[in-house]
Amino acid sequence: MAQPLGVGDRAFDPEGLGVPGPAAVAAAGSGARGGVRRWWRRFARNPGAVFGLAVFLGIVAMAVLAPVLAPHDPIAQGVGKPLERPSAAHWAGTDSFGRDIMSRIIYGARVALVVGLVAVLLAMVIGVTLGLISGYYGGIVDTVIMRIMDGLFAFPIIILAIAMMAVMGFGVRNVIIAVAVGFIAPFARVTRGDVLAVKEEPYIEAARLAGVGSVAIIFQHVLPNVLAPIIVQGALRVSGAIITESGLSFLGLGPPPPTPAWGRMIAEGQTFIVMAPHIATIPGIALMLAIVALNLLGDGLRDTLDPRMRR
Amino acid sequence: MSGPAPGLEVKNLTVEFSSEDGPLRAVDEVSFHIQRGEIVGLVGESGAGKSLTSEAIMGLIRRPPGRIDGEVWFGGRDLLSLAEPELARIRGKDIAMIFQNPSASLNPVFRVGDQMLEAMALHLPEPRATLRERVVENLARVGISSPRARAHDYPHQFSGGMAQRVMIGMGVSCVPSLLIADEPTTALDVTIQAQVLALIRRLARELGVAVLLVSHDLGIISQMCHRVLVMYAGRVVEEASVATIFRAPAHPYTRGLIECLPRLDGNGRLGAIAGMMPGLRALPTGCRFHPRCPIAEPRCADESPVLRPLATGRAVACHLAGVS
Amino acid sequence: MTAPSPLLEVRDLVKHFPVRANPLAALWPAAIRRVVHAVDGVSFAIEAGETLGLVGESGCGKTTAGRLVLRAIEPTSGRIVFEGQDITALPPRGLLSFRGKVQIVFQDPYSSLNPRMTVGRMLAEPIRVHRIAEGAEVEARVRALLDMVGLSPEYFHRYPHELSGGQRQRVGIARALAAGPRLVVADEAVSALDVSVRAQILNLFVDLRERLGLAYLFVSHDLGVIRFVSHRVAVMYLGKLVEVSPTAELFKQPLHPYTQALLAAIPAVGDGATSIFDDTTRLLEGELPNPIDLPRGCRFASRCPHRMARCDEAEPDLREAAPGHAVACYLYA
Repeated sequence: MAQPLGVGDRAFDPEGLGVPGPAAVAAAGSGARGGVRRWWRRFARNPGAVFGLAVFLGIVAMAVLAPVLAPHDPIAQGVGKPLERPSAAHWAGTDSFGRDIMSRIIYGARVALVVGLVAVLLAMVIGVTLGLISGYYGGIVDTVIMRIMDGLFAFPIIILAIAMMAVMGFGVRNVIIAVAVGFIAPFARVTRGDVLAVKEEPYIEAARLAGVGSVAIIFQHVLPNVLAPIIVQGALRVSGAIITESGLSFLGLGPPPPTPAWGRMIAEGQTFIVMAPHIATIPGIALMLAIVALNLLGDGLRDTLDPRMRR
Repeated sequence: MSGPAPGLEVKNLTVEFSSEDGPLRAVDEVSFHIQRGEIVGLVGESGAGKSLTSEAIMGLIRRPPGRIDGEVWFGGRDLLSLAEPELARIRGKDIAMIFQNPSASLNPVFRVGDQMLEAMALHLPEPRATLRERVVENLARVGISSPRARAHDYPHQFSGGMAQRVMIGMGVSCVPSLLIADEPTTALDVTIQAQVLALIRRLARELGVAVLLVSHDLGIISQMCHRVLVMYAGRVVEEASVATIFRAPAHPYTRGLIECLPRLDGNGRLGAIAGMMPGLRALPTGCRFHPRCPIAEPRCADESPVLRPLATGRAVACHLAGVS
Repeated sequence: MTAPSPLLEVRDLVKHFPVRANPLAALWPAAIRRVVHAVDGVSFAIEAGETLGLVGESGCGKTTAGRLVLRAIEPTSGRIVFEGQDITALPPRGLLSFRGKVQIVFQDPYSSLNPRMTVGRMLAEPIRVHRIAEGAEVEARVRALLDMVGLSPEYFHRYPHELSGGQRQRVGIARALAAGPRLVVADEAVSALDVSVRAQILNLFVDLRERLGLAYLFVSHDLGVIRFVSHRVAVMYLGKLVEVSPTAELFKQPLHPYTQALLAAIPAVGDGATSIFDDTTRLLEGELPNPIDLPRGCRFASRCPHRMARCDEAEPDLREAAPGHAVACYLYA
């Protein structure tokens, strides 16, 4: 109700007895919870993004529940006649060793996801940290870090990965490291760009003038405000990481046999491409589906977190 | 006391936008008129709808998503019924508009003189050589020294105040009958603002241009305008001559606004209006100002007051005005 | 009562910005190097509990002066003395305690609050940094701060985007008060607010001053605001102080021609019969001179209606023309 403007009105609650202003009313469901619901609504308006999310979750489910879902042991040879076309017994057919391709695809999701997610996470942590330091401190530190990043950028990721595998040897762990190294530079650069902008905002100066130390400013003030585009980058890069891993395993540099990996399955199917095309094609389709879904998901995330809407 | 036909007559102008929460009325049944040579002020805080009103008059609101109702009579025609090509002919020639930020309206890659020349060539039949002379005259008229040389400069070579003068020069270059100035001096320093506003007043006098001055600054309105309309949450709540409205404001919002001003002679505590202007999505029932009104009665929450005349040239939208 | 030294004293403060941020520029001899003379030899003092209004138009250096006082930027030369201690050259570690005593309120309520932090966290930060309180006491202090600026406790968990401009500015003020400062620099703190909200916030500034004994350096281009909130006023033009005086006296009897022109140009609510904009004789002509290539004499001479030959030869000093009222003008020297 209205507040009379009396004489001597101390007006320490001129907003009107703690009634929140219209802006607060409009953002009802306050704080983080309401924010998440809003984001979901906006995200859900994009059919491609929802599809991408669904497929991605499906792949995750596939990877996690592989032992339950897979009809056969993926490395067991001879569970079916070799080179058998897709049938009721073997939905994706069998390969030259008589292994059930469907099971191999399901288990292959594990490799793809583990490498994709872990490599990107690793690259993100290192790249973002470098970007934060580079952008916030500027000067010679910035120049040195960025020139190193430029050097990394110059390599096509797959070449870099091959070189690293040659040095480090085989194994899933090394695949992850090799892929991660290739993605550090993009994260560093994206982060640095946003840090440069955020650094000039008055609230950063306010924190500095309040006596907050540089490290605290970087991680508590700057980082949360540059996170959104980084997450989008992450989502988009996962697909790139999976492609890189597939490329590596196609070349025989991936996780060693008999571990199923989509890339190697495609390579194995190369020789039989005329006789039994399903051996190469079906893993290829699985790979393609995963990539498209992840890209749609990444695009959807980017549109949802668009800075124009952020305020 | 019948005067000449008004230069601009706005009747029941309404601007609506569709949104996910339903249609939002940003401007609600606004009516007013401006005579030739008269300066009318549209005053209100941010969100009141005054800029949208002036944009609607100029046909600058994209529809859809906007929806405009009402009539805007100018030069014997309803501007709202005209198609874009017709409007484009009128804009810049018969109606000129200047905005808050001149650098946003001047193209940075073209010389100022060329921009003015193109604007005039679009509307005036004279040969370009003649128009070139006019450009120099216009620049001189708005107080730019060495106008012939300055016509060859680029916008970035002009300071804020000078750029605004250039905009005014461009605006009046085709001798419009209506000038709409939307916060023309908000971005300028006080002494430069004074020069620009003095220029607008002089032009209104000399050229007989009708002026619609949109501002949130009551001081400017008081010194510039002959008549004032006070807008709140999309509606006109009071209309009066400048002398009357500051001497005896009838609407509680107007009164509150005036009391908020730190006067150069007074002191003590500033009067303040509790709360804030409601957003379009959360408009109160009845009178839109009643939650913040110091004299609100129960009736005010139920019935929306209509803008009704109190005396000649005075109107107020308040149940309680003209009663005491 | 012993005369205390002023809370803040600033002596011959100078800040020059290089025109081109070029590392090689340092090699040029100083005479050829082009600089923007943002603040060019400014001296003033603020007593405890006093509000000094710093007023001028854009480019006069008032914002830079405010930043210098905070040591947000480093002065080119000059001294800043706070509570009797020379803090001009204090290394970053020693600055921490100073930072707790001198705070700032920014102009833009929309960009001066971290959009990813709740109000509560933002207010707790200075309290923790300066160890005003620890643990559970921090929250109690934050709630007290919210109450002091007129925000109800539920704002503790709100994010800035849920607040209006006026509410955000209150949060900004609360943040400035969190560490218990003695001096607050208000940098155009109400300029971005609507008229009715501006009045609320100005009232708040005055109330807080009375409650907490705060001193303010109130930087603004709006003379009406300055008039309302300041005890004394300092007028700046192109990096120099042209007039300093108690508030009432400045508005009643402005001495410097620039101050006079400034006051004449303000559109105050009038009677509607005449307009100040019709009498162009009292309005200032011309534009500001270039802050890089300054004239040799008085910086205001090019626009001054009382220009004399003396004015072009050398700059006038700021001298007391009446008790407590100083002017830099040859008309009074």
